[in-house]
Amino acid sequence: MTWVGRSAARREDPRLLTGNGTFVDDIHLPRMLHAQFVRSTIANGTVTGVDLSGTLAVPGVVAAFTAADLEMGDITAVLERPPSEFVPTAMPVLARDRVRFVGEPIAIVLAEDPYSVEDGVEAAQVTYEAHPPVLGEEAALAPGAPLVHAAAAANTLVDVSMFATEGIDDIFAAAHRVVRVRSRTGRQNALPLETRGAVATWDAREEQLLVRTCTQVPHQVRTVVAGCLGLGERAVRVVVPDMGGGFGLKCVVGREEIAAAAAALRLRRPVKWIEDRRDALTASFLAREQRYDVCAAFDEDGRILALDADVVCDMGAYSCYPFTAGIEPLMASAELPGVYRVPAYRVRGRAITTNKAPSAPYRGVSRPQIVMVMERVFERAARELDLDPVEIRRRNLITEFPYTGINDVTYDPGSYLEALNLCERMLRDEGWYERKEQAAAEGRFLGIGYSCFNERTGYGSGAFAKRKMAVVPGFDLAQITMDLTGGVTVTTGTMSHGQSHETTLAQIAAGRLGLDLAQIKIHQGDTDRITYGFGTFASRSATIGGSAVARAATKLADRLLHLGAHLLETTPDDVELHDGHVRRRDGGGRALAYRELAEVAYLKANLLPKDAEPGLTATASFDVHGDGTFSNAAHGAVVELHPGTGRVEFLRYVCVEDCGVAINPQVVEGQCRGGIAQGIAGALFEEVTYDEQGEPLCASFIDYKVPTANEIPDIEIHHLETPCAFTESGAKGAGEGGTIGAPAAVLNAVNDALRPTGVELEDTPIRPETVQRAIGAYA
Amino acid sequence: MKPAPFTYHRARDVAGAIALLAELGEDAKYLAGGQSLVAMMNFRLARPAHLVDLGGLRGELAYVREDDGVLRLGALTTHHQVESAPLGPDFAVLREAMSWIGHLPIRTRGTVGGSLAHGEATAEWCLLAVLLGAEVVVQGVGGRRTVPAEELFLGFFTTALEPEEMIVEVVFPRPAPHAALTEFAQRRGDFATVAAAVDLDAGRVVLGGVAPVPLRVPEAEAVLARGGTFAECAEAAAAAIDPPADGDGGAGYRRALTRTLLVQACEEAMRR
Amino acid sequence: MTEKLLISLTVNGEQHDDLVVESRHTLVDVLRHRLGLTGTHVGCEHGICGACTILLDGAPARACLIFAAQAEGQDIRTVESLADGGELNDLQRAFSAHHGLQCGFCTPGFLMLAEGFLAERPEATREEIREVVSANLCRCTGYQTIVDAIEDCARTRRGEVGEPR
Repeated sequence: MTWVGRSAARREDPRLLTGNGTFVDDIHLPRMLHAQFVRSTIANGTVTGVDLSGTLAVPGVVAAFTAADLEMGDITAVLERPPSEFVPTAMPVLARDRVRFVGEPIAIVLAEDPYSVEDGVEAAQVTYEAHPPVLGEEAALAPGAPLVHAAAAANTLVDVSMFATEGIDDIFAAAHRVVRVRSRTGRQNALPLETRGAVATWDAREEQLLVRTCTQVPHQVRTVVAGCLGLGERAVRVVVPDMGGGFGLKCVVGREEIAAAAAALRLRRPVKWIEDRRDALTASFLAREQRYDVCAAFDEDGRILALDADVVCDMGAYSCYPFTAGIEPLMASAELPGVYRVPAYRVRGRAITTNKAPSAPYRGVSRPQIVMVMERVFERAARELDLDPVEIRRRNLITEFPYTGINDVTYDPGSYLEALNLCERMLRDEGWYERKEQAAAEGRFLGIGYSCFNERTGYGSGAFAKRKMAVVPGFDLAQITMDLTGGVTVTTGTMSHGQSHETTLAQIAAGRLGLDLAQIKIHQGDTDRITYGFGTFASRSATIGGSAVARAATKLADRLLHLGAHLLETTPDDVELHDGHVRRRDGGGRALAYRELAEVAYLKANLLPKDAEPGLTATASFDVHGDGTFSNAAHGAVVELHPGTGRVEFLRYVCVEDCGVAINPQVVEGQCRGGIAQGIAGALFEEVTYDEQGEPLCASFIDYKVPTANEIPDIEIHHLETPCAFTESGAKGAGEGGTIGAPAAVLNAVNDALRPTGVELEDTPIRPETVQRAIGAYA
Repeated sequence: MKPAPFTYHRARDVAGAIALLAELGEDAKYLAGGQSLVAMMNFRLARPAHLVDLGGLRGELAYVREDDGVLRLGALTTHHQVESAPLGPDFAVLREAMSWIGHLPIRTRGTVGGSLAHGEATAEWCLLAVLLGAEVVVQGVGGRRTVPAEELFLGFFTTALEPEEMIVEVVFPRPAPHAALTEFAQRRGDFATVAAAVDLDAGRVVLGGVAPVPLRVPEAEAVLARGGTFAECAEAAAAAIDPPADGDGGAGYRRALTRTLLVQACEEAMRR
Repeated sequence: MTEKLLISLTVNGEQHDDLVVESRHTLVDVLRHRLGLTGTHVGCEHGICGACTILLDGAPARACLIFAAQAEGQDIRTVESLADGGELNDLQRAFSAHHGLQCGFCTPGFLMLAEGFLAERPEATREEIREVVSANLCRCTGYQTIVDAIEDCARTRRGEVGEPR
């Protein structure tokens, strides 16, 4: 039975559908205390006093601690770059004298129940000396601007200039046409529906701090908890229960879970912290606030000759661990050229620090923006050179592989041109171009927009080493153990938070071992069960985690073949695995069930071959030493703009995607659709805003407008398949592409619809007011 | 996000509830459907010391009675009850306007009286009450009085109700076969950026989202009275208002929405 | 200040007497933390995300906007009531067949929303279903497969199509 490639039913579903999942807030322990935080009410300033006496007098409150009480080490994320390129900044677990954003935790309050803890937080008295906040790029980079971190001159944490092709200025000077795109994208919240949270408890018998928390990166949380609390790594165990989404926000280490762990350690009582929605919207990790200023030189045929970019990412108050504030500018700088043959390239990428909640990775990391910017570049060039916008892309797409770009990245084979052509053909065949003409004749505003992009997945240690991170994520581990029933437990270092790993990783193992899915248990998210892992982010699980599982399964299969051959008194070459049995290839003799092999391996070791060890366990790792593997896709959106309200209505959305071999096509489609919904959210709806004092204006779902089923269209998905040559199953990652491609397609469609008005929009989110004004001024 | 402590009281009858609220003083509030109040309490933006739960009065105060061109709604009638009621063409506008209120799980709990007493300026019931000249029957310690809807809303979340007064009934005194309400919010179900309501039979125009209260626009009504076009009516309304600016849009945008929505509402009302 | 009340609640047909709660305790917190029915989730505590949607006398309602004391005497149903002895009901099966859930955090709210809605309006069209689905937030699926699942369940209940798979 082939399992890879089948839309097998998800094994996660029954418990999640019946309310039997266990999320972190579902955990209840005897004597458990509830934690919440006294948070800064100002964006920038010095704490002059913290008076917790009122807090401690609140009935139900058991304790309250400041930074001084708990003496925790700071969280410091580092890039191994010279001081001119990177300034390390420490993020204290609890603020000491300085606060840098509204919502920054100052003290942790612990109470017997989740209600009285809020009374306790409310009763705390904090006094400040407030300073003017630094709230955006202009203010941060202004000469003489106040400094968010004393060490970071010009409020700049990362400043890299890269690639600078020799002679690039001459290319621009001599070019037939130079187009310029200036684009801003709004600050966003990744917004997993389950907020962050942790339950920490000291296990006296194990002499171990057990931290149950919803994180994408359990081992990294262990490392930081141990470091901040001065414990050995062995004295900390991180266990991840069911997780209600993450999208990058949970792939960094937060301060609150460490403070909760410190309190549990101090009080020797279990401590639960569940972030409430207001804190999740204002004081959690944010992302995406970037500004691009890009020039591109073209020849008269529409071929791009050179690209010059200045990128500024507003990373808020602190560097996130382990990625640092470099996560956005380094991604943007390295990957801006995307799917196009760009002969000359120069980029300056900066991370600035401001008095806002800090940034972390969010699904796609900078690629939604760089794709949007590049697709704008080609749309602009097409207009100025009077070319068809799809045709100009065709002339510039990478079509020969492997291709090593000007950005020093080698792209493995993909279907860039095929995807774009198919996407366009679908919209043409459905008559959208005729409908657009018809609409224009009637004075309606209908537009068609595309995006064409790739998504680097399978970032191994090779790719992260290029970033010069002090912590180099990359490899992952898998361990497979067969038990006496003949079934297996697969332990992985990746951590599903919606991606269906219990199904897809089992499919990989099932295929290699000739087992049914029901005989495979996937175990993830427990630092005591696997040596190390880097969790789930950057679309790495199917590629890296899945390949590690495949290799471990192959090793185990090899042991089964050897053992089976020995028991069948033949050679390993003469036996095969089939449907839970080892049998002779020639059909002779009896087939041995795995459970019979397991019985020998565990209970009758006297029957093992002389060189064989008891037990049936195999461990394998996988890493990508090159530049990773590139999924690709083309999106096509058709929108109609409503002149009276500025509403953007979707009439059609198609996606042609290629993620190599789809292990479970239904799961891949789920990733695409969900990703596109988040991309649309960023393009049209969501933005975290602040008033001039740095007070967040989006403290509820009334103001932070997550789109609903009314706003997200149905999406048709087509699959192409260019298998990856070096992952074990041929899979490429699929987790982020939808989010990466959608903003560009939406923005291009809106601009296409606005064409009669002469207005071209370049910023997101596109607000109804902006659209209405553009059309209103034209009418 | 947990409410501050309060004392819970359960009303057994209307008079008792009013007497209790009068006794408890200004820190006490009625709890009807709670769909706005409890959310505000969870944020601790509202922190009443006492809540008097009116849930037990549903048997008495939840009803829809249409009789001879007059519609009476009990104050505890939910939005969803109105949405599901077999209202005739005289009051179909009410049934259809319900779909603009939040979403189904909000409409199953939120009440007509609660919405009016909350007095949010874009709330559909507030707009409809002013539009259709509703008479709001309120009961206090001194007995009942009737407040014309237009006199109920004094300002931002401020009504003419005395602290202990309870809305018990809303009377829609005249048929409105040619009335309509429409709105725009970027996400359907949200508070309207602008809401427009028109009653062509009565020649009334009411807007939400452009002032601290549901706003009648005499300038626009005058256009209707003299037989002007819907576009002229909408233009007059847009010219007459001085809307606020916020994250959902500036004053100019709200004027533009007013033009669009008022024409839509007029056309919809005409089609009925 | 923190007044204690003695209440009884009927949840999934089972009566729970002598529950000591504070007047400020919301129904969702009491369901989850007092009765151990953790299938109902907390997503925003201001009535917008719908993760806490339950049925109150058959109608979908936000359990974060109801104080537990208010729910006395009413019939409360949560996600735990849907499966019959471990067998998923048709709505749950449809969600799985259509991949209408990924992380599963919002799922109980959508299930109860759909269960209440379809009971009242079995003839619902896809557009009506979409409108009702817009009551709750999901961050994973993009909603399409949730609408698919509910529509399929409704059509199956109406006898228009066989069950998927």
